[in-house]
Formats: sequence, C-alpha cells, structure tokens
Amino acid sequence: MNEIIEARNLTKNYNDVVAVDGISFTVRTGEVFGFLGPNGAGKTTTMKMISCLSPRTGGSLTVFGMDPEEHPTVIKAKMGVVPQETNLDPDFSCAGNLTTYARYFDIPAAEAKARADTLLAFVQLEEKRDVLIDKLSGGMKRRLILARALINNPALLILDEPTIGLDPQARHLIWERLKLLQAQGNTIVLTTHYLDEAARLCDRLVIMDKGKILVLGTPADLVKQYVGSEIVEVEMTDEVLACLADLKISYEHAGDMVQIATESARDIVKALLDHCKPKRVITRQATLEDVFLKLTGRTLKE
Amino acid sequence: MKTLWSVPPVTRRAAKVWLRNLHVFVKTWKVNFFPPFVEAFLYLFAIGLGIGTYVGQIDGIPYVNFIAPAILAISIMNSAFFECTYGSYVRMYYQKSFDAIIATPLSIEDVIAGELLWGATRSVISVAAMLPVFAVFGVISFPMALFIIPLAFLGGLMFAGIAMCFTAITPGIDTLNYPAFLFITPMVLFSGTFFPLALLPLFFQYIVVAILPLTHIVAIARMFTLPALSPVLLLHLTWIVGVTIIFCVLSINLMRKRLIT
Repeated sequence: MNEIIEARNLTKNYNDVVAVDGISFTVRTGEVFGFLGPNGAGKTTTMKMISCLSPRTGGSLTVFGMDPEEHPTVIKAKMGVVPQETNLDPDFSCAGNLTTYARYFDIPAAEAKARADTLLAFVQLEEKRDVLIDKLSGGMKRRLILARALINNPALLILDEPTIGLDPQARHLIWERLKLLQAQGNTIVLTTHYLDEAARLCDRLVIMDKGKILVLGTPADLVKQYVGSEIVEVEMTDEVLACLADLKISYEHAGDMVQIATESARDIVKALLDHCKPKRVITRQATLEDVFLKLTGRTLKE
Repeated sequence: MKTLWSVPPVTRRAAKVWLRNLHVFVKTWKVNFFPPFVEAFLYLFAIGLGIGTYVGQIDGIPYVNFIAPAILAISIMNSAFFECTYGSYVRMYYQKSFDAIIATPLSIEDVIAGELLWGATRSVISVAAMLPVFAVFGVISFPMALFIIPLAFLGGLMFAGIAMCFTAITPGIDTLNYPAFLFITPMVLFSGTFFPLALLPLFFQYIVVAILPLTHIVAIARMFTLPALSPVLLLHLTWIVGVTIIFCVLSINLMRKRLIT
C-alpha cells in the first residue's frame, strides 16, 4: 500500500463554523508530509481527524486503508501523536510517563521499561529519567512527548507543531531525530508555522488557509512556481517606486522594503543601480516564506 | 447515532486508566491513607462520645453505634464524589490526561469508565482504612460489618457516576462547589445519619428516601453494622443499582459530548 492517508473532500464544521472545507490529499508511505498555514487554517483540526480524535462532518478519510471512525483502536495502535499542547502526565517521572503510556498500547512491563530507556536516550533525556515533569524545561517536555509518541513503534507519526517555542538547539535535535525516523521508514505528518522547518523536513507539503488547501507540492517546486528563484529587496522611497514603474518591474510591498521576485537578481539589481538610485539593496534566494506570504497575505491572522 | 442514553462501548482497557490512578495513589499513600483514618477518630470522639454522652441511646441502640455506619456511609460518598469531581476535573482540564490517553487505543468511554471504577475503589479504600478503628472501639459488629466493603464499591460507583455528570457539565472547577454544598452537605445531615429519618416530617421523609442517595447507603450500612437485617435491604439495593446504572451511562455519554467534538 503506497498511500497511508487518503482524504477526499474532507470537511469539518464546528456548529456553524467551517474549520476544514473540503480538502483532498494523499500521504505516501515513507514521506514527510507538511501542513503549513496561518492560525485558524484548519491544520490542527485535520490532524485530529487523522488521529481518530475528532469525527469528520463530510467527505472520506482513510488511514492505513481504514476509516478512523470505524476502526479507531486498530489505527491508533499503529500511530504516534505529538499534540500541540503539552499533555504529559505530571504525576509521573519521565520514565513513568513512557511506561504508563506503553501500558495503554498493551506493551508488557519489561518491554516497556526497555523501550523507555532506549527512547529517553534517543531524545537525550537519560539523565532526567526519574525527574518529575514539572522540573523539565519546555524543550525537554517536547522531546519527551516525541519519545512518548514513539513508544509503540508507530508506522505513522502525527506531529502538531513539534518544535513550537523551542530554542534552536532543541529544534535541531528534534529535526535530526525526525530525519532519522524517516530513514527508518516511518511516515511523518506534521504541521508547523516555521517555514524553514517545513523546507528542511518536508518531502511534500500543502499550504492551507481558511480551511482550504491552496497549493500542494515539494518545497522547491512551490518556490519556483509561485515566486521564482531569487528575491531582490530594495528600500522603499518615492524615487524607487516611480523608477520601478517606469521600468515596468512588478514588485510587492513588505514593510519599509519593496520586494521583486525574479529569475535573475543580477539583471534587476543592475537596472536599479543604473536608473533608480536605491539606498539599500539586498538579494537573496527565494524561500518558502515568500510563497507563504504571497498566498496567505501579509496581514495578521487571528 | 449516539445519544445520552446509548450503552457506551466500554472495553477492558478501562482497567488501564484505573491502574494509572492506583499507581499515583500508591506513590503518595501516606497522604492518602491518613485522612479516612483520622476522620474515623474525629467523628467517634466529637459526635459519638461528645454528643453521645447526652443522647445516650436511639431506639435502644447506643448513640455511637447508631452513627458509626453513617460515618462509613458518608466516607463512601465523599471519597467517590470528590475523586470524580475535583480529581477527574483536574486530570481532564488541567493535566489534559484524558486527551493524552485517547490518542492511544483507549476510547473516551474506556477512560471515563476507568475513572468511575477508580472513584468506587477510593470508597473501598476509605472504608477499609476506617473499619479497624471502629473495630477497636467495638462500635460495629463483625463479621457482618465486613459486608460494608462490597457496599462501598457499589455505593462508590453510584456517587462516582453522579459526580462525573457534574464534572461533564461544569463550566469550571469553581462551579463544582455548588454540588458539594447544595447536594453533599444536606445529605450528610439529613439522610438518617445523625438522627433517625422518623424525626423528619412525613413529607420530607418521602423526599429524602426518593432523591437522596446517601439515605439508602446509610440504611444498608446500619443493617450490616448493628446488625439488623431486614428484607427492606433489597429495596434499598435495587434503588442504588438502578441509580448507579443511570448515572454511570449518562456520565460517560456526557463526557463524550464534552470532549469529542
């Protein structure tokens, strides 16, 4: 079976609010598949439907070829979930959290203990083995949640903003671990706000907004298709704006800078320098962030 | 379509939630065993020996023997009720434990059933901690009084179910104070606990028997500890079983409605 998750016209309403509005996608075995989007785009709701925690309103959804509403127990047994909200058990130590969780998956006690030790090492928390959850930093908690999600050796890992609020060291450790898991054949579905994270980890991704999927593709293809290969940023002055209009170069506003997406930054910069007297010019590679902002807009989402 | 009265699909996995709570309880057993133990002493001294000295006897029974089963019954009620209101609410809302558990093969029905069974177990533990104290004071009659232990489980399950319904509909932890004061406190006072029901006006007697669950636990407990068995025991038992089934089913479905959206 090549498709591990298949969604057709998947819809979710909360009372009168449409959270997910008829999205279709497939996740293939062994890939890292990302969901990007501003707050309220419907990413978390989609994750909850996949992980059998929230019934859908309409459309079809299969995970491991089964309907999450008909076979939640079988599906959940093969899945690991890292929720957005930290819900470790404060009544137990790190190791206790893992062994207690293992029991929910019918893992025998001796095996659970062995796996807990392996996983604590995997997320570099061996020294915190017997420490209560309260005493852990935010980064340690996220790492422990990742370890907890792996306790049943899941074929499919669902991560809802796995690195939210972490320092760069902790993020890098989690990225590294996720890459390792993918190399071992796991399928990973994740949501994130961090576009560098998505670009770095995801084989394919979708960008969602207002419950709909706007685009689907590999990070590189999306950048090429929607933005181009390079970006020139020039400080916004009246002269520059007038000059760009004269030269018929299309641009976008970004704060106090003007952005020009192009295939050849060199030509644009030359034209700017020759004709426009720019104060400050920056050239850089186009990134997923440019695609994201182009598709979902620059205004604040809440 | 699942309604509030559907039979919830609970599986044996509920035992894993029960076991989780037991492990936490055992870890802090010193804190947990002490209160019922001390409570037994306090009641016996203050009410039994204090007030009892003046009251003497009720219907030919020494006052302290009269209230001993009531103290056990109140403990059955309080243990399960407070475990499944404040205790369960903290696990559900503040610790997000239920969210974490339903991401595993357990369903929300399993989780709530496990919580209810745990509430009933708390009642059993309390009674088991109190019985030796009463035994030492010689105010209850053995071996019949040992039947209080299975009664504690059944009565505990009933109060766990009632408590979980409040937990399922409460907007926040503060509003759980309402059932604690408006439901539990009157029961402690008026369920035939510290004075016989017959002292109440007849109309109130009917109301108390019809709607205050503690009345039935106290009545059965007293039959066991005096001992003074009578066929009325079966009526009380039927009332308790019926109410237990209704509220346990309702509480699981209300919780599903609250948590699965």
